[in-house]
Amino acid sequence: MLKIRNLTKVFNIGTINEQRVLCNLNLHICEGDFVTIIGGNGAGKSTLLNIIAGVYMPEEGEIFLAGEDITKMPEYKRAAFLGRVFQDPLMGTAADMEIVENLAIANRRGKRRGLSWGVTKEEKTKFQESLKILGLGLENRLNDKVGLLSGGQRQALALLMATIQKPKLLLLDEHTAALDPKTAIKVLELTQEIVEKNKLTTLMVTHNMKDAIKYGNRLIMMNKGEIVYDVSGEEKKNLKVTDLLEKFGSFSDRMLLA
Amino acid sequence: MEGLLLSINSAIAQGVLWGIMTLGVYITYKILDYADLTVDGSFALGGAVSAILIMMGWDPLLSLFIAFLSGLLAGVVTGVLHTKLKIPAILSGILSMIALYSINLSIMGGKANIALIGMETVFTRAQDLLPAGFDKAMVSLSIGVIFSLAIMGILYWFFGTEIGALIRATGNNENMARAMGGNTDRMKILGLLLSNGLVALSGALVAQSQGYADVGMGTGTIVMGLAAVIIGEVLFGTRINYFLRMTSVVTGSVIYRIIIALVLRIGLKSSNLKLFTAIIVAMALSIPEIKSKFVKPKINLEKAE
Repeated sequence: MLKIRNLTKVFNIGTINEQRVLCNLNLHICEGDFVTIIGGNGAGKSTLLNIIAGVYMPEEGEIFLAGEDITKMPEYKRAAFLGRVFQDPLMGTAADMEIVENLAIANRRGKRRGLSWGVTKEEKTKFQESLKILGLGLENRLNDKVGLLSGGQRQALALLMATIQKPKLLLLDEHTAALDPKTAIKVLELTQEIVEKNKLTTLMVTHNMKDAIKYGNRLIMMNKGEIVYDVSGEEKKNLKVTDLLEKFGSFSDRMLLA
Repeated sequence: MEGLLLSINSAIAQGVLWGIMTLGVYITYKILDYADLTVDGSFALGGAVSAILIMMGWDPLLSLFIAFLSGLLAGVVTGVLHTKLKIPAILSGILSMIALYSINLSIMGGKANIALIGMETVFTRAQDLLPAGFDKAMVSLSIGVIFSLAIMGILYWFFGTEIGALIRATGNNENMARAMGGNTDRMKILGLLLSNGLVALSGALVAQSQGYADVGMGTGTIVMGLAAVIIGEVLFGTRINYFLRMTSVVTGSVIYRIIIALVLRIGLKSSNLKLFTAIIVAMALSIPEIKSKFVKPKINLEKAE
């Protein structure tokens, strides 16, 4: 599904702050995989997701998604294949627009936009159904501005928006890190539910080792721009936080602080 | 007293004609969240293009359309400077504005102004068609109202479409718009183009109604536009539907003109007008900051989660 070959990203090239964030990274993800990514600060997790999404262009390497070379495709074009939820709940939704308008824009991801009406009647019913799944009562607030929602509600909405048009790949960049623990659990469970129901191929960056073990079928640990640990299947299921800490210990002490 | 009424009458008419410009400023400033200074140039551009075409014997109505097109072009230039060449928003506007000053002069054949004395304009034409009782201000007002209503209707429709919604999303949260597959550069250019087209159309209408185009007629357009948008917002609030918001913007422009007419009548020298406007806008823009410092927001406990 996703093939990354020799990916290298360097920030601030030619300056004193030159920084090699990703080094010759190779990654192959199969269809239906739910991969969690952990790693210390500066390990390159977010950069990796941002390069896949087209926010940054890599210095070297290639990215193939479902057989198509997307290495040089602009961000807005590859958005057709990608669902994204960001760490900041404010980033994934338009605060001054209504819930229904936000969903309607999300529903047109990857489609040609024209001069027909921005929200159709059928969509409204469809959105109401989808919002019910969230269990937040948002189905009765279609015309409320998204800015009125709490961080957790916005993040749940962002998750729905990212998946309402089935993406080839779902990118979750610490999407629960800004939420309180209780809300974070709820959003994570929702994530699990949506991913399973739609059989989505997913990459989830997280700082929480328990979550990294609990969710998904494969776990990747990154350090200094490289993949240093990669487990899946039974081995991953039997993984414990202490195992991960041990692994981390050999790479970096900073992760303990995270 | 009669003089006052007369000046208010013409202020209302002028306010509606300038209101079309305000709608343009509303698109960039409120919808795209982009303070576009191009409008100072594109307002005069509209006036210049329309005036020169009328002098060349073109139909005044057609000249309005060409003026609108010229404004679209000005907007595209600013948009490309900003999105493709990555020049900061304010600076791209300033560059277009400065460039337009020279362009407007050369459009007008190197002259600083063109008088339309004795030429047919949409206003003289309408006056000829109407019964004798209509005075000039009434004709200007009617034409202004017809144009603004039509434009508001079109904008209301446009911003409700898929593309229109994406332009709004781009202004509100560029990241989200791009993540949802929106070409945000194109949306910004589209908004700027539409805005400057309307500003140029307004300039053309104003030139025809006052009977001359002047290369300096656009100076301060952005500030007047902002003043009108803010006045409209203060009076009508922001929790109203899109059509009403646009009406409030045009009404803001009318009220701005009435205020100006009044302070001129009271004795403010017209040379101080721009200073007066700048002070009003500066005060209006600082209201949120002042409010947050001195007024405690009310907390609604029931809604808290």
